[in-house]
Amino acid sequence: MPSASSAYRPLLSPLLALLLSFPVALFTIALFTDITYLQTAEVQWTNFSSWLIVGALLFGGIALAWSLILAIRWRTARLYVLLLALAWMAGLVNAFQHSRDAWSSVGTTGLILSILSAAFAIAASWVAHGAKREIVR
Amino acid sequence: MTHYLRTFGATAAILALAACGGSKPGIDQNGATPDLPAQRETLIPPIKIATPQSWDGEKPVAPRGFTVTALATDLKVPRQTLVLPNGDILVAEGSGGADAPLLRPKDVIAGYIKSKGKTPVKGGNRITLLRDADGDGRAEVRSILIDGLNAPYGLAFVDGNLYVADQDALLRFPYKDGDTRIATPAQEVTKLPSRINHHWTKSLAASADGTKLYVGIGSNSNVGERGMAVEEDRAVIWEIDRATGARRTYASGIRNPTALAINPQTRALWSVVNERDELGPQLVPDYMTSVRPGGFYGWPYSYWGRHVDPRVHPQNPKMVAKTLRPDYALGSHVAALGLSFVTGAGVGPFTQGAFVGEHGSWNRQDPSGYKVVWIPFVNGRPAGKPVDFLTGFLKDGHARGRPVGVTYDPVRSSVIVADDVSNTVWRVAPDRPTSTR
Repeated sequence: MPSASSAYRPLLSPLLALLLSFPVALFTIALFTDITYLQTAEVQWTNFSSWLIVGALLFGGIALAWSLILAIRWRTARLYVLLLALAWMAGLVNAFQHSRDAWSSVGTTGLILSILSAAFAIAASWVAHGAKREIVR
Repeated sequence: MTHYLRTFGATAAILALAACGGSKPGIDQNGATPDLPAQRETLIPPIKIATPQSWDGEKPVAPRGFTVTALATDLKVPRQTLVLPNGDILVAEGSGGADAPLLRPKDVIAGYIKSKGKTPVKGGNRITLLRDADGDGRAEVRSILIDGLNAPYGLAFVDGNLYVADQDALLRFPYKDGDTRIATPAQEVTKLPSRINHHWTKSLAASADGTKLYVGIGSNSNVGERGMAVEEDRAVIWEIDRATGARRTYASGIRNPTALAINPQTRALWSVVNERDELGPQLVPDYMTSVRPGGFYGWPYSYWGRHVDPRVHPQNPKMVAKTLRPDYALGSHVAALGLSFVTGAGVGPFTQGAFVGEHGSWNRQDPSGYKVVWIPFVNGRPAGKPVDFLTGFLKDGHARGRPVGVTYDPVRSSVIVADDVSNTVWRVAPDRPTSTR
């Protein structure tokens, strides 16, 4: 219960929460399209992954920049920002991995990077949505 | 915050490291047995684009005893040339492949980067005729012989017929000695595979007896990354019966056969072929080879014989086992686009062999190609290392020109070189005519 002199609000504003949902969803779907590619060798699936990863990096990049500013002010944001940064960097390396041709666009390395970026993004979101900031009245 | 920055810095360093992938010294990739280093796939392929720059009054450099002149300038992307029996020179001008869909973010980015090394001029989609009757190395007659074409590239002349390989069809035009304009509509000999057209250039040559036409059709991808369904009738050379238009696949697995020519000693079909990218700066060597009927040259499963490409899945050991080794390596990423054998006594000291036009590399930090080389032959086989014939296209990392088609002109015993960056056709002629003429 908030005290009389302070109140708690969610760490993320609605817009930032919305932006954060993109890397969570897109990195995760990219993991599934990667798995499908490795099972079928049908190139359309790795093409899907490429675009999903780029989308995750774009929206995740905006969310990350915004969150970095947040982390300067709110200690509670720091773990979340670290996790999001890890997800984003794994995704960036994975975007280049996916720019390689045919089987090399995924392979073992691409699959591991997809698992890492999805896991870090989910963890970041989990932490962020659990964190609150104290508003001193 | 510093640890974020440090991690980010480390990532940037890894990416930079991945991109550099320098060439190793002491690797010889010319001739029948090229050195083939280990495959090096990197996160970002090594890229070096030589952006265009003006010649500023200068010219390509030829061997001592030869003079270079600009036969014609301000063309619209000249690619291949043909010398007619009366000495008139035809130039195919055009740019194709615009319909290839952008399937991945990479296609967008790579397309933009590679466009930096090209001319901004739009392809002419026409055949220009050049006539240099006084032999001063400058065409005093210049005429649009045929226009309204679709990215013409390969040219051949047989028995009063001019054959033009557009990016989607092989066309025939009737030609009379002295014509400077052909208004007769084209007759379509056969359609050519044109879906996607990643490698759009359709090279062309006529057999020694003139009964057959050969068309080189490049692959629809680097190494099958668009799926193998779109590779039907790609990476092949077709043999087309000139009288009936009937065709058969003459050779396959031949990634991008960009120029075809008949060896005057053996009368066999030869091709220069562009090999795959993104396996490292010194893989895979482009090559020149006699084309064996029914031969399979490896693409996409393997290269230079049985060197398996790990990017192809599922792999195909049966096809790998069938793969022929090409005759002569030209070096990695040189982008050989021109091939012409000398006939008769040749020109100057170049008496038996072939000129090869090398458009130049993008997939290595140390540029390769960007010149015309001479490959000496003895008894119809390559014998010896390439000799620089026309150089000076690169200056301070910029491309003043890039050679494409190379044609030996037996009428005036000279060499014609199309340059699709400065939009020039160069003539390289001996200062003194060859004595045995």
